Amino acid sequence: MRYLESVVTLSLDAARCNGCGLCVAVCPHAVFQMEQKRAVLADRGACMECGACAKNCEPGAIFVRAGVGCAAGVLAGLAAGTGPTCGCSQEATPSC
Amino acid sequence: MTSPCGPDAPERGAVSCCGTSPIRLESRTLGRLAAPWTDGVQSTAVGEVPRARTRLRFRDRLGTLMVRSGFGRSRYRVPPGLYAVGSPTGDSPVLLSADYKLSFDHLRRALGGRNVWILVLDTHGINVWCAAGKGTFGTAEIVRRVRACGLSRVVQHHKIVSPQLGAPGIAAHEVRQATGFHVVYGPVRAADLPAFLDARMVANPEMRQVRFRLRDRLLLVPVEVTQNVRYLVPVAAVLLLLGGLSSHGFSFAGLATTGATSAALVVASYITVLVLGPALLPWLPGRAFSVKGAVLGLALVGALVAWGLPGPGLFGSWLHLAAWLVLAPAITSFTLMNFTGSSTFTSLSGVLREMRFAVPAQISAGALGLVLWLTGLFVQGRPVR
Repeated sequence: MRYLESVVTLSLDAARCNGCGLCVAVCPHAVFQMEQKRAVLADRGACMECGACAKNCEPGAIFVRAGVGCAAGVLAGLAAGTGPTCGCSQEATPSC
Repeated sequence: MTSPCGPDAPERGAVSCCGTSPIRLESRTLGRLAAPWTDGVQSTAVGEVPRARTRLRFRDRLGTLMVRSGFGRSRYRVPPGLYAVGSPTGDSPVLLSADYKLSFDHLRRALGGRNVWILVLDTHGINVWCAAGKGTFGTAEIVRRVRACGLSRVVQHHKIVSPQLGAPGIAAHEVRQATGFHVVYGPVRAADLPAFLDARMVANPEMRQVRFRLRDRLLLVPVEVTQNVRYLVPVAAVLLLLGGLSSHGFSFAGLATTGATSAALVVASYITVLVLGPALLPWLPGRAFSVKGAVLGLALVGALVAWGLPGPGLFGSWLHLAAWLVLAPAITSFTLMNFTGSSTFTSLSGVLREMRFAVPAQISAGALGLVLWLTGLFVQGRPVR
């Protein structure tokens, strides 16, 4: 299954990559691959912007605006006057 | 000897203490659903820690059924802290988990016959992936919990295994700098842990991919239904009551025909989208969930018309048929759009993009449908067939 791909905010600065491979390990959608000991974006459109890669990238070679792709969370954030907030901790919100 | 990790430790708050009494907190938070999911204790250099069972019991399964149905999810917790599985030693692996009991149950059930440690983080009763997204399953809590439990005195090695889906909250290098422990990312699914551990902690690509198979999607249906009752009931009730109105005033005959059928159509719209939405997700046209949902609403009305149902009872008049052609898709589009949060592959940017066109369209369709429907009550439109 694929979602809206053109709007994904993920980017990779190959020059900063130290080849540790953690981005490949943490990505749940096989967005990264190792090629000649450097990470490359093999399937950028599959990115769900969870932010795991950027968080674990010690040299800071990865940028992504991390968030939860949850429409109910976006609406809840609008209602509360905050940013998108996944309301999973509350009983009465969807199971995102 | 007891310790902050032991079952008899005084409750000093989740932050300062490694763990609290499982039995006491369990009975407090789960009430009569309390399940004795530990059997005995394991002595360690930091005192006694509870030993978790690896077989789920009836009450565990009942609890799973409850939370899978959407009841009591926020209270379904295990006390954070260190647990033993089997008879672990200083060389045994340390596995991280969330304090959502369903997460903990998935983990311990996969560990039958193994000797390992489980370190349960305080995630406020949220599962690993969601808590990682919020950062509660994350670097700060790992560092705090590792120190509070004296993990470096319990094990001789310097590895802790996190579920892969914990990664959005964890900066592995920061954990290493703060505690000396290396975070190793395990498989996505706990069921793959035995194979992962046997492969010297190497996950194959299959273990690393999140899935959203038919079974995974259908498991979410009961929760989705429970969550949507709060929309379904008021909408159906309002249409039921307003259905009694006509140019002659209010009548119970109108309520029993137009009102009842309209309420039934609302229910049908919700059932269609809540069951068929997840079930048919890959095959519904479009990528935006709001589009997929709208298609389902149109298909429902189309199917009813094709089935020959329009008549005095159901659509009544062309105005009401027109009303349902926009009302049903508005309902199903909004409802499936909200399923993005339950899916495993939607990005925030994608959701914002689809909401930019979907929300105005849903509001317009809902308003237009309501106006058409109300007009149909007072204007005697030509009957359908």
